[in-house]
Amino acid sequence: MSFGDSERMLLSHEVLDFFSKACYTSRKIINCYQGVTPVMTTTSTLLSWMTFTPLIGAFIIIGIKVLRIQMPETLYRWIALLFSAIPLLISLELWRQFDPNGGVQFVHHFVWIREFNIEYFFGVDGISISMVILTGIVGFIACIASFGITNKPSGYFALYLILLSGMYGTFCALDMFLFYVFWEVMLLPMYFLIGIWGGPRKEYAAIKFFLFTLAGSVLMLLAVIALYYTSQSTPEIPLALVDGTPALHTFNLLKLAELGQAGLFAGANPIFGIAFSKIIFIALFLGFAVKVPMFPFHTWLPDAHVEAPTPISVILAGVLLKMGTYGMLRFNWAILPEAAKWAAYGVAVFGVINIVYAAFVCMAQKDLKKLIAYSSVSHMGFVLLGMAACSPQSITGAVFQMWGHGIVSPMLFLLVGVIYDRAHTRDIEGFGGLASFMPEYSGLTGLAFFASLGLPGLVGFVGEILVFLGTWGAPAAMGTGFRTLVMISATSVIITAAYYLWTMQRMFLGKFNDKWQDINSTLLFRERITLYPLAVMALVFGVFPLPVFDLINPALHDLAKIVVNTLSA
Amino acid sequence: MPSPEQCLSLAVLLPLLGATFNGLWGHRLPRLLVSWLACGTVLSAFALGLYLFGLLSADAGPEQIRVQLFEWIPLATHSIHVGFNADHLSIVMMLVITGVGFLIHLYSVGYMSHDPAFARYFAYLNLFTFAMLILVLGDSLPIMFVGWEGVGLCSYLLIGFWYKDIEKSKAGKKAFVVNRIGDVGFILAMLILFRELGTLEFSGIKEAALGGQISVAVATAVGLLLLLGAAGKSAQVPLYVWLPDAMAGPTPVSALIHAATMVTAGVYMSARLHFVFTLSPVAMLTMASIGAITALFAATIGLVQNDIKKVLAYSTVSQLGFMFIAAGVGAYAAAVFHLVTHAFFKACLFLGSGSVIHAMSDEQDMREMGGLWRKLPITFATFGIATLAIVGFPFLSGFISKDAILWSAFSADAGSFSSTFAPYAKIIWGTGVAAAALTAFYMSRLVFLTFFSGSLRAKPEVAAHVHESPWTMTLPLIVLALLSIIAGVADWPHVFGGHNTFTHWLVPAVGTGTGVSGDHARTEYILMTVATLVALSSFALAFVLYAKKIHPALGRFTEKGFGQWLHIRLFEKWHIDELYEITVLKPLEWTSRLVLFEGLDKRIIDGLVNFTGWLARHLGVLGQLFHNGNIQRYLAIFVIAAALLLYGWLTPYQQKTETSLLQPTSNTQMVTSKRID
Repeated sequence: MSFGDSERMLLSHEVLDFFSKACYTSRKIINCYQGVTPVMTTTSTLLSWMTFTPLIGAFIIIGIKVLRIQMPETLYRWIALLFSAIPLLISLELWRQFDPNGGVQFVHHFVWIREFNIEYFFGVDGISISMVILTGIVGFIACIASFGITNKPSGYFALYLILLSGMYGTFCALDMFLFYVFWEVMLLPMYFLIGIWGGPRKEYAAIKFFLFTLAGSVLMLLAVIALYYTSQSTPEIPLALVDGTPALHTFNLLKLAELGQAGLFAGANPIFGIAFSKIIFIALFLGFAVKVPMFPFHTWLPDAHVEAPTPISVILAGVLLKMGTYGMLRFNWAILPEAAKWAAYGVAVFGVINIVYAAFVCMAQKDLKKLIAYSSVSHMGFVLLGMAACSPQSITGAVFQMWGHGIVSPMLFLLVGVIYDRAHTRDIEGFGGLASFMPEYSGLTGLAFFASLGLPGLVGFVGEILVFLGTWGAPAAMGTGFRTLVMISATSVIITAAYYLWTMQRMFLGKFNDKWQDINSTLLFRERITLYPLAVMALVFGVFPLPVFDLINPALHDLAKIVVNTLSA
Repeated sequence: MPSPEQCLSLAVLLPLLGATFNGLWGHRLPRLLVSWLACGTVLSAFALGLYLFGLLSADAGPEQIRVQLFEWIPLATHSIHVGFNADHLSIVMMLVITGVGFLIHLYSVGYMSHDPAFARYFAYLNLFTFAMLILVLGDSLPIMFVGWEGVGLCSYLLIGFWYKDIEKSKAGKKAFVVNRIGDVGFILAMLILFRELGTLEFSGIKEAALGGQISVAVATAVGLLLLLGAAGKSAQVPLYVWLPDAMAGPTPVSALIHAATMVTAGVYMSARLHFVFTLSPVAMLTMASIGAITALFAATIGLVQNDIKKVLAYSTVSQLGFMFIAAGVGAYAAAVFHLVTHAFFKACLFLGSGSVIHAMSDEQDMREMGGLWRKLPITFATFGIATLAIVGFPFLSGFISKDAILWSAFSADAGSFSSTFAPYAKIIWGTGVAAAALTAFYMSRLVFLTFFSGSLRAKPEVAAHVHESPWTMTLPLIVLALLSIIAGVADWPHVFGGHNTFTHWLVPAVGTGTGVSGDHARTEYILMTVATLVALSSFALAFVLYAKKIHPALGRFTEKGFGQWLHIRLFEKWHIDELYEITVLKPLEWTSRLVLFEGLDKRIIDGLVNFTGWLARHLGVLGQLFHNGNIQRYLAIFVIAAALLLYGWLTPYQQKTETSLLQPTSNTQMVTSKRID
């Protein structure tokens, strides 16, 4: 570490120390009032800083607007950039400090709503840290891409920052209630960002997005409440709030996972004659499946993408879709392992349908953005398949696929934005021969296409091959028939190549369509600094994926083992 | 002096360096520098290859030089490392790739001199060399697959190099997509092996195979799946359709990628994994059969094509079929040796045709040529030598290697795999001889039409520009022609007093082959004579039909009855492309567009979604019945509802709040439902 680094570290530690002391003091005051001695745990406020910094930025923007302070419009952009850069830096610092074998880290934990045992509980483990870092990267890049927004920038950037906070919070929250709050916090800004700054059919797309997600959320809320009331303090696993108050029920996700893995939910009273854990699994799963999105709940995604402004598409594809699969791992797999095992084959089947069905549908697309949207559906299918098979390879492959898709799909959507900003159309057939006219753009698009179709050496391949390897060798305990599914999904290797290369051919190759000779053929600086980092990452993580695996492997291997070794519901 | 391991890594990375440099900054650099960089990196890699070859062939030398650079993908057992291994087999491939590759780079300097995208071309070509080196030197299946896909990418980029012509772009796409069908086989084979063995390194697989850990069923499945991959890359039936179209690329690319190196990857892979293939009689027989069918089938199409490169393309498919025959019957050394000699003479033929096309101002139709031997003497001489080699003129390289293949096929029912090939060996051999006869015919026809058959038939303005190519183009031709003559020496057979040196060299890597031993000199002489006589009569027929001018008898045969029918079938390539179009492509398009997207996605799923929305709105109409503006009715409803609520909900809530919320006990979980009670 250089001298400068240590100095910066020192400073940030001082600030954080102050904050944690303030928290501690305030907590002590509350605790004194209730006459309970607090239990001190190691506390890090890094995650809270990371999560709420964007919110502070949003409030600053709103404040400026409310107080009618005269400012140049461009200032909002720089505020947003600053307040999305800070969490990025924090997330990278987390990456540096994170101990892959250390379990849950950077915990920030205190009682929030005592009456319902709701706590403010932040922490990251191997599963969430990769998503947190991804959020940092994609959130920052999408913010740069947002500089092109000229319509009501103050509102846009305020909403954008709130969205960012919601995403960080969702990945960091280890309290089920808190998780749900952040989950819903994301929904509203997204709705407005599509509905106000979107394309011609923005209202339809926004409402469709909202209703689909809300329907999922309702199911999730029911499941959350049911889980809370079914959780029970047992002699083996006593429940208590972080300050030591004994509690009967808990929203604590780690405790719920412990209880679930001890078989509490498997043995709970059935609902409507169906085993408790199964029905809760299904409710949660459907809630998350809408976000993934899983066939047949995927039709909101193409519409949302087509109408959303480019940076919002970037966020949507890069981070929001991963919320679904992350939620499944955190809730369905960790808390209800026996139901996960029971449902695994079904989940895998849906994963395969996603992969193959969406790949075929891609062949039929004429709108470039719709094509990329459907290809997202296809690629997220690999995550479902890998998670379901639950072998060490397949589950790490699934999470790596989330990471890889989180790098490639933002790049693809940025590239769509580049051409749409110039040509005001996304009709694939309408272009032609762009390669000679826009060589840099064509080259980057080619790279992104090949990364997405899983060319070895680029990031898409690593996740795919791991999912294939792991699913083919799915543990016997997970059931048979996984190999058939792999064989079916392997055909997507061909279809994916076909639709990407066909798109290449129609857009970039052949004779140049003179209609476009007046558009700007060079990339803007803003576009370059968003595209090149992603291009470099697509290459680097394809060749050296190890840093990511180092982060995620131990936690995921444990999780896979738990699901495999549990008794099926 | 760096260690052998460092030399190996360096040899792989040098072409990548060239590709990166030329790709990123080449368009700003002078052409001379670009060409020096491109050729220099490949030549250096060749030099390093020679050094490693020297180490391996030294008396006390190592059997292999292996280096593992870093961990790529972690697995539960045997993580995938980026590692390279130079052994007796891969070093041969390495020398062919960098050696022939260098000559073709050099040739390209002249051939592409007028092209505006000079640097891009050499970036791709260097990238190809890099990927091909990874393919052959990779020490595990996944690393080989990296190269496998990498060469596919470069092939795609180079076939469609002149992308402004949409047909060329389509040919590139076709090549990549058809290859991906094979890749599915490759991937599935990896999955099976990993599940069975827990490792994908060649050394581990070899150990398991020799240790009896791979059952026949597994070996058959793996073998057939790998064969699918090999058939894609090496353009065998039924996946050969991409290779003839791939001739859309610049001619040096056809020589390097689509004749000498990449398309032989399937043969190399089967030799690399011979220990798996030889476990499965089914896989071996399938491979030999596919090879035989392809060799004959492609040769028939080659008989009547008029495009000089198309003839050579079908010839390549046919020759790859010969290699598959050899690998199929277990004669891996013969397969690899034919691979090497084929690399020499076919590269020479392609580069020669490039020289002709260059001279003819990009004309590829042989009907426009004729009598060129006077104007292009060096091209003609080298082309003629290479032709003699490919048709199996005695003692040239092609004769030696093709004879080894035919002999292996003929004797396949006698050696280690006798039970597999007992009834089939002679059929395979017969097919091979027939294919060799056709080869002699179409190659002679090509030479006569191009260089003889009267005078030049081209337009005067084209004819005026016909000239011999510059030295960068003729030098590689001369070198390759010389190699086509003498390469046979490397594996000079016992029957001619040789020692089969090449076969012995490969023993550590590919085993002892078919295991046919003993003195068969008599049989071998007879077979050679048969093959030579058959080729000679084909040559004679072609001479009669094409040498002076196109013989009228030919016209009489092809213009009526069966002759006409056959000619059309052959000329239209047996309509295989059309068949695929109808049976695969169109159904695929219709399914994806009409059934899945328009039907299922838009109508059914989105239809349901929109119906839900419609339903919700129209249910709202029901609610409107209560809201008709009549204040009295509003009040009545309000009062009744309030009373009900107060009775059913508020009262029990007040009773229970104190106990339920402040002191949580187990019976509180039903609070909500009890309120409604």
